[in-house]
Amino acid sequence: MTDLAYVSPRAGQRSTASRLGRVALRWTLYLLLGLFALWFLMPLFVMVTTSLKSLDEIRTGSLVALPRDVTFEAWKTAWGSACTGIQCEGLKPYLWNSVLIAVPGVAISTIIGALNGYVFAQWRFRGANLLFAALLFGCFIPFQVVLLPMARMLGILGLAGTIPGLILVHTVYGIGFTTLFFRNYYVTIPQELVRAAKIDGAGFFRIFWSIFLPLSLPIFVVSVIWQFTQIWNDFLFGVSFSSAGTQPVTVALNNIVNSTTGVKAYNVDMAAAILAALPTLLVYVVAGKYFIRGLTAGSVKG
Amino acid sequence: MAPILDIKNLDKSYGQTKILRDINVAIDQGDFLVLVGPSGCGKSTLLNCIAGLEPISGGSIEIAGQDMTDVSPKDRNIAMVFQSYALYPTMSVAKNITFGMKVRGIDQATQSAKLAEVADLLQISQLLDRKPGQLSGGQRQRVAMGRALVRDPALFLFDEPLSNLDAKLRVEMRTEIKKLHQTLGASIVYVTHDQIEAMTLATRIVVMKGGVIQQIGTPSEIYNTPANLFVADFMGSPAMNLIPAKVAKDGSGHRIEIARASEPPLVLADPRPLDLPADVILGLRPEDIAEAGYRSGDQVQEAACQVDMVEPAGADTYVVSHLGGKQVTARLHAETSAKPGAPLNLAFDLAKVSYFAPESGERLN
Repeated sequence: MTDLAYVSPRAGQRSTASRLGRVALRWTLYLLLGLFALWFLMPLFVMVTTSLKSLDEIRTGSLVALPRDVTFEAWKTAWGSACTGIQCEGLKPYLWNSVLIAVPGVAISTIIGALNGYVFAQWRFRGANLLFAALLFGCFIPFQVVLLPMARMLGILGLAGTIPGLILVHTVYGIGFTTLFFRNYYVTIPQELVRAAKIDGAGFFRIFWSIFLPLSLPIFVVSVIWQFTQIWNDFLFGVSFSSAGTQPVTVALNNIVNSTTGVKAYNVDMAAAILAALPTLLVYVVAGKYFIRGLTAGSVKG
Repeated sequence: MAPILDIKNLDKSYGQTKILRDINVAIDQGDFLVLVGPSGCGKSTLLNCIAGLEPISGGSIEIAGQDMTDVSPKDRNIAMVFQSYALYPTMSVAKNITFGMKVRGIDQATQSAKLAEVADLLQISQLLDRKPGQLSGGQRQRVAMGRALVRDPALFLFDEPLSNLDAKLRVEMRTEIKKLHQTLGASIVYVTHDQIEAMTLATRIVVMKGGVIQQIGTPSEIYNTPANLFVADFMGSPAMNLIPAKVAKDGSGHRIEIARASEPPLVLADPRPLDLPADVILGLRPEDIAEAGYRSGDQVQEAACQVDMVEPAGADTYVVSHLGGKQVTARLHAETSAKPGAPLNLAFDLAKVSYFAPESGERLN
């Protein structure tokens, strides 16, 4: 009892001190995180405010000031009448081009990646490791290296400067990543499932369709987000392998910004940049929860 | 009648590594064959070979009179229960059980009838709409068995189906599997590393080690006349006492001498006319050594032994003594007066004694 009475006040003091320390640490952490978030949001803030200002206001006002008269003129111009060279149709047709490239590109590369991953994870064959390593190597080849061979190949296939050509390029380039995603996800599924299904009489595709696909939502989301972001944001392939009517939105954005003569229409540039970036942002907001879940799925074995 | 499963000269190797060597086993309709052995002995591989999930390197497999050596798993007329149960995680219990029939294009009415029958048999009717994730271990086990039973195959294969359950549930499910075998008269091949499971379930046991069959026999054959030291040591708990001994001819029988550390050697006599070498390993089950006065028979011989340890186990008391340089366990009645460090008169019953050659480990009698 005496021991207890002697020890407890000191223990109490210590715990109060350590609690204060913990609270201080926590608030410092929040402050730092807040500052970082502000730092990263700053450009977005400038973009949004600038896009809502008139050119006069931009010229006279400060960069970080809020707009005095909110106007959507710049957005209208960016959407429908900004000049990307000699045509002045705004971003609208190019946004549509990007959709036409990204949607099939994402779908095809994801489906092929899922099948590849299923084979690599559950139907091991002689040379599988070598082939998988080769596919992985494909992920690390820089874009620039494949430009010339790809151009030649598209030429031979008669797809140069077309949207199907760009879909093909993105699909081929994406398969390495999507295969990696699905393979690592499916490797965590016990082999006994496949064995049980085999004895139940199911074949290769039946097992994939009935057992593996229903388990795959998280990794599908990862693959879709990754591929969509890659394809939508791609500039180099877009500028290299497109022609006048088939340019994706990134190329059009570049042209809007770089081909203006005389006064720079900053408000239009900003509005166009936001328009071009909006779809990827939307995909993250809608599916981001699954993205994190899917990325961490295979790594922590439960 | 043709055997339901007939394996002849089966070999299996991965590259240079031989996993199974010259396996020959045959069982009849209604047999419960248990493959037992330590981990890595090839028993699961053998089961996978029977299922067709692993290709074999040599020999042949016949199921129900048909050569199945190169037939794919789905056409072998088998069903299998896996160690991890391998239930399809996104399907309900009912869908899990009917998946095989659905794949084979069996009509809805038959599917529902069979599902109801099996669910009734296994008492899982109330679980049919649940997903495997919502089931307990024992329930998953039942569903896995239901998936196999609904196939009504020529041969059931069980791959350590009870090893993921806790001890109490394991005993329950063991009884249930045995009951199921008796009601259905099914032919079963069952893999386990648990020798008690093997003894209680099997009508025939195959003991394996290092990819080679050590002995095939009924549980009582395996238990009472083990073919070699490995089988003797592996089957039975506590293990058979294996005591080095010297043998000398004594008339038509033998005089058996077991060295002891601080006392004069223990001498036993086996009157049977056997052909034994000078050095043997004597194998005696713990239950064949009792406290003097508690065992009678014409082969019972008594001798005083130093008790090293006393382990009460409820129904029995195990007494450990040092003989021939080995710890020898005797299974005594529960109320024994044995005290550690004190001598005790023990009765050795040589009626079921086994002799093994020390070098080869083979049985001599």
